[in-house]
Amino acid sequence: MSIEVSNLSFSYGENQVLDHVNFTAQDNQLLSVLGPNGVGKTTLFRCILGLLNGYKGQILLDGIDIKGLGIEEMAKLIAYIPQFHYPSFNYSVFDMVLMGTSVQVSAISSPGRKQKKLVETALKRLGIYHLKNRGFTRISGGERQLVLLARALVQESKILVMDEPTSNLDFGNQVRVLTEIKSLAKEGYTVIQSTHNPDQTFLFSDKVMAMKDGRVLAWGTPGEIFTADLIYNLYGVEVEMESFYHDQARVCIPKSIVEKDHVSDLLSIC
Amino acid sequence: MEHSEGNTLIVIGLGILLVITIIISFRLGRYPIPTKEVLGISLSKIYPIEQFWTDQVEMVLINIRLPRIILACLVGCCLSATGVVYQGVFQNPMASPGILGASAGAAFGAALAILNYGSSFMVTISAFFFSLLTVSLVYLISKKVKGKSILGLILSGIIVSSLFSAATSFIKLVADPTDQLPAITYWLMGSLAGAKIGDIKFVIIPMTIGLVPLLLLRWRMNVLTMGDDEARTMGVNANQVRFIVIFCSTLTTAASVSVSGMIGWVGLVIPHLARKLVGNNYNHLMPASILFGAIFLLLVDNVSRNLFTTEIPLGILTAFIGAPFFIYLITREGETY
Repeated sequence: MSIEVSNLSFSYGENQVLDHVNFTAQDNQLLSVLGPNGVGKTTLFRCILGLLNGYKGQILLDGIDIKGLGIEEMAKLIAYIPQFHYPSFNYSVFDMVLMGTSVQVSAISSPGRKQKKLVETALKRLGIYHLKNRGFTRISGGERQLVLLARALVQESKILVMDEPTSNLDFGNQVRVLTEIKSLAKEGYTVIQSTHNPDQTFLFSDKVMAMKDGRVLAWGTPGEIFTADLIYNLYGVEVEMESFYHDQARVCIPKSIVEKDHVSDLLSIC
Repeated sequence: MEHSEGNTLIVIGLGILLVITIIISFRLGRYPIPTKEVLGISLSKIYPIEQFWTDQVEMVLINIRLPRIILACLVGCCLSATGVVYQGVFQNPMASPGILGASAGAAFGAALAILNYGSSFMVTISAFFFSLLTVSLVYLISKKVKGKSILGLILSGIIVSSLFSAATSFIKLVADPTDQLPAITYWLMGSLAGAKIGDIKFVIIPMTIGLVPLLLLRWRMNVLTMGDDEARTMGVNANQVRFIVIFCSTLTTAASVSVSGMIGWVGLVIPHLARKLVGNNYNHLMPASILFGAIFLLLVDNVSRNLFTTEIPLGILTAFIGAPFFIYLITREGETY
């Protein structure tokens, strides 16, 4: 499965949010979209998911233009993992995940044994089977993110779109969720996520797209594009970029903070 | 799936409870009839039994109590079913059957018919017609509202409802205070007194046309509570499902209100009670709400016709019984899971 986006532009009235965005994502790839708030990441995702019409340009999923696809056909190709929000009504984890199978059954029937099996497999795969009878709003943030991931897996579509999957998680859960996402990509899924953490983006992504003002600022493997200049261009923060483990990891350290502390260290010595 | 098996048992239990409530309701009244005779008369309709009761008893049972009990069950289950599906498709726990103006429209229609000295059947027809008209108007206006469709619907519902309420008030102002005004006021308070077989014949078709699709679509409603965008990415067209649900719910609400007048609370309280019992999954929640609604309104109607020599309007009783119960419910510690 692949995503090919060419010359994608979108505006809300006068306000142009996306400006000729081009990129592709292939099987076995985790693509991270990096960029400051309000840069058009969410709009980009909404276009790819078929939630926004009226864009200019072309979006191909597996070579098919999404403009010609119905809602059900779209759902069979691409699944969405939203940021956590409290649903209006509390559902058990099992029911919550089962909803992901809706596209496999007709409008007037409920998911059956086959779908329930899928749910059990997905819950076991993500290590949250023991939560199946718990209420969705009663489990931890990391567990909820895994539940939403399970819901996307049972949908059986090979492209996963994730809106800041780690934004509300503690460090341990961030690593856990990203590891799962990474292994899904290895298994053949195409995963696109938006993110705010440069270090983790470098560590986990196969491809990175840096966006600013609705345009693609840089595109490539993390090793190719990750520089202190890029971070400055994106966020306006001067950083020092350190490389570790033969460049398997790079870490950004904001200069202003380090230097200030350095100065105060010096002052305290005097 | 221990959960869902338990819930199936609860739904079956509610079904049995409804049957028991119906049998008890037949006994109750100014003219008490023993259970033996109730069962005898019921069975004689299917299976020939030698008559051991008087013709008068059979007359009371078939012509007076039967229509009223059937109507109480039908109105109860329709209001409760509409309430529970509206809560889902509007993603709002406070939604009730009147949210799109069905009740306000019916009230105006009834008042208008009473003002023009319509027969009781005319009042029903007029209430039904204006109820449908109001919701259609709300739907059309909401289509013009920019932005989120749910917000548009609810806002249009509030606006059009208050317009029709004002029109109803105006009719009350000009109505003849000796006979018309009390009739309107009494209608607005809700009652099943004087229920006839003819009423059932009138409402049964719209109620069935409305309820069956709602029951069939119940899994889809779970998905709709996640929000329109999420539903869409899961392959469910939220706007389409919502349109069908609104269409069906409007038929059932209009039919209910046109024969019963304004009965509040059932559509709000019963769904929440059902949620406490079987959880939020509509697979069990729908049947549970329908059965619970029927039981509740039947019980309330029994109180209404037996407590005092004059009947107490249902709208008053449902509030008196519903409100304290609801307070208990929302202040209670702990949740189902």
